[in-house]
Amino acid sequence: MKQIIYIILLLPLFAISQSELKGTVFEDNASKTPLPGANVIWLGTTFGDVTDFDGKFTIPYKKEYNKLIISYVGYKTDTLLISSPKTITHYLKPTSELDEIKITSRKKPSSISYLSSQNVINVSSDELLKAACCNLSESFETNPSIDVNFADAVTGTRQIKMLGLTSPYILIATENIPSIRGASQAFGLSFIPGTWVESIQITKGAGSVVNGYESIAGQINAELVKPTTDDKLFVNLYGASNARLELNTHFNTKVSDKWTTGVYLHGSTLNTKHDVNNDNFLDMPLYNQVNVMNRWQYTNPEKGLVSFINLKYLKDDKQTGEIDFNPETDKLTTNNWGSEIDTERYEVSAKLGYVNAELPWQSIGVQAAFSGHQQDSYFGLNRYDIRHNSLYANVIYNTIISDSRHKIKTGISYTYDNYDELVNTTDFNRTENSIGGFIEYNYFNLDKLNVTAGLRLDRHNLLGTFVTPRLHLRYTTWEKGVFRASVGRGKRSANIFAENQKLFSTSRNINILNTTGAIYGLDPEIAWNYGVSFLQGFRVFGRKGEVIADFYRTDFKNQVVVDYENAQQVNFYNLAGESYANSFQVELHYEPFNNFNTRLAYKNYDVKTQYTSGNLERPLTPKHRFFANASYETEVDEGESRQWKFDATYNWLGAQRLSSTQNNPIQYQLPEYSETVATFNAQVTKVFSPKFEVYLGGENIFNTRQENPIVSADNPFGSSFDTTFVYGPIFGANYFAGLRFKIK
Amino acid sequence: MKNLLVTFVLLFTLTSFAQNKNERASLEVDGVCLMCKKRIEKASLNTKGVKSAIWNVESHELKLIFDERKTNLETIQKSIVAVGHDTKTLKATDEAYETVHPCCKYRDEEVQEDHKKE
Repeated sequence: MKQIIYIILLLPLFAISQSELKGTVFEDNASKTPLPGANVIWLGTTFGDVTDFDGKFTIPYKKEYNKLIISYVGYKTDTLLISSPKTITHYLKPTSELDEIKITSRKKPSSISYLSSQNVINVSSDELLKAACCNLSESFETNPSIDVNFADAVTGTRQIKMLGLTSPYILIATENIPSIRGASQAFGLSFIPGTWVESIQITKGAGSVVNGYESIAGQINAELVKPTTDDKLFVNLYGASNARLELNTHFNTKVSDKWTTGVYLHGSTLNTKHDVNNDNFLDMPLYNQVNVMNRWQYTNPEKGLVSFINLKYLKDDKQTGEIDFNPETDKLTTNNWGSEIDTERYEVSAKLGYVNAELPWQSIGVQAAFSGHQQDSYFGLNRYDIRHNSLYANVIYNTIISDSRHKIKTGISYTYDNYDELVNTTDFNRTENSIGGFIEYNYFNLDKLNVTAGLRLDRHNLLGTFVTPRLHLRYTTWEKGVFRASVGRGKRSANIFAENQKLFSTSRNINILNTTGAIYGLDPEIAWNYGVSFLQGFRVFGRKGEVIADFYRTDFKNQVVVDYENAQQVNFYNLAGESYANSFQVELHYEPFNNFNTRLAYKNYDVKTQYTSGNLERPLTPKHRFFANASYETEVDEGESRQWKFDATYNWLGAQRLSSTQNNPIQYQLPEYSETVATFNAQVTKVFSPKFEVYLGGENIFNTRQENPIVSADNPFGSSFDTTFVYGPIFGANYFAGLRFKIK
Repeated sequence: MKNLLVTFVLLFTLTSFAQNKNERASLEVDGVCLMCKKRIEKASLNTKGVKSAIWNVESHELKLIFDERKTNLETIQKSIVAVGHDTKTLKATDEAYETVHPCCKYRDEEVQEDHKKE
């Protein structure tokens, strides 16, 4: 302090001999009041000043000085880059503002909560950018908890798995409205463009009861970009060496002080035929997709109201099969094997949230969504059409009991689903509706213990009246050590055709062996899921890291068994005996040096089901998986935005059991287990400015390929034809480049 | 008649002074870190009748919502002081202050400085 006073005394002297820098410091608040008493000093010198009553300062200026530090107790210290002695006006931010934290400690792109009672992995938009392409099904490539693989060798559909179970056992929601279910189960993930997704929350194990009774292996929720927080204008262009092209544009604009709207357009196309393995079949389908969303956001902070209205439209046309297949002349004939899948879907949804400004713990949320889904398709000689109309409504009321450590969520929900399916020549028509009430109690003692107990009671026209209990517990064992446990029940009706559409791309006969159940003659699926996990944060060589280990078990009380064990048939029947999925995963995160993050994971699956032919490992489920990811970002200088980002992911999958092909002719028989598969993806992003960035990358750079993904490709109308034995990439290495342009 | 009047007046005053179920108040409580935050909020909530307590590390402001029929500001302050945190009007006893974690010794200037650096 004394020094500064001396300096002030000396100031007039300098003022004569040298040029000086003048400026004013204000407090960065609504009224922009001048800030008296702030320290202003040149970095690395003793030349400084203290602002006067009007926030004004004068300080000597020399060319060598370029970094000016402005500080004041209770405010964030700023360093300004000065190139010439111009008058400066600067606003200091009070440190009590929360975003201070963001500046000092970098937000991790993917993180597991230390506080929540559920094992929730949050995937931020930064993480999503690591897999620059292109829709939700491809967003999980950098996440070891989710397995992504191809559903079959012809449709190019990616299918996800969690805890060893396929996506129908996962409740997939957009903004907490269950969205990828029923008819959209097979292709739905590819109907949500990646740029629309703001963040993803992955809950392993029994999820919350609030979103319904269907989830068994876990829940995935995708938050979409919001008109008020998304860029005013965003353009993303993507092109790949396989001739896939994508365009995403977002426009967001304020309509009035309370209403904001956004229009989001997505178009993607692939119109070049590829057959790298020379089996005469396309390695990936030709397709065109147009996807449009319009969102309206209403915010009224005075009244505590927030509302969203969303309109979505999608049209997706795919063509696949033999290279020479021409839909005009060959559709549903034996000229050439081919398939077309045309989907049209629209969705309308609305949300209204009210928070009591007087009592911040009290809030009400109302959600309603309607969707119409229509798919017309054929696969060789098999026809499959489905219409699915769905209505979902949910009301949630949040409050506390006695104090804020005891929280209660309660509400009611209603669902209506109408399915109309044509499978070859058979019509299936089914209406499901349910009404249910739920209550979820959360206790957090602000310290070590956090418990969530949920219960719901639903009355369903086909599943009956049933109770769904779920329990989650978190306990902080010691510093940075978090133990979690969960248990819960799930129940669902299996949409056997929509969920297993790959069966149509085979010559198998479809048989449903039960007749007495309410859904295609089958009973509803019921399972219990139990899980434990442990997370330990640590510091090694002064660098932060964490280890997470978890074990989950899913026990089916009833399951609709999908049996591919006879190569000429696919059989559906109710489980008789045991069916379970055990999943063990251990993950290590470490930052060996600044801005360099590494993640390693190992996963072990033990998934077995009682088939009529015996108790067998579930086909196409690798027992072992190894995952490694490394990412590096260059340091961004003050006031600069140029930056490089590097990301690389390695994946290794152990041998996968292939269902029996014993009764095929010898040339169409497959070994009992597949080969192991290793893939490597990498991406480089160059940020030129906050407005513009370019990325370049490669998928499957090792050029790993499964040699003969189609059985009996030479005789597609023979009885052994099968495209479902896919365990690795069909197309080799694929390189891509893209750009992002945004205006805040 | 007189009795009736008295009852009436009494009733009237009672209703007009009806105590607020969700009274809001703000207190200045001394502390330095997130551990203090936990301790202060816990002590407040452990006072029967307190529904919500949120303490700001920077501003030292404790925002309270409580049921006036069950508790009052003084009782709440006493519980806070009992765990070792000073409020503007009440000082914690040395014994109570000694129980806080060494990194939370908010009266110590060195500790205060340490936290500012973060």
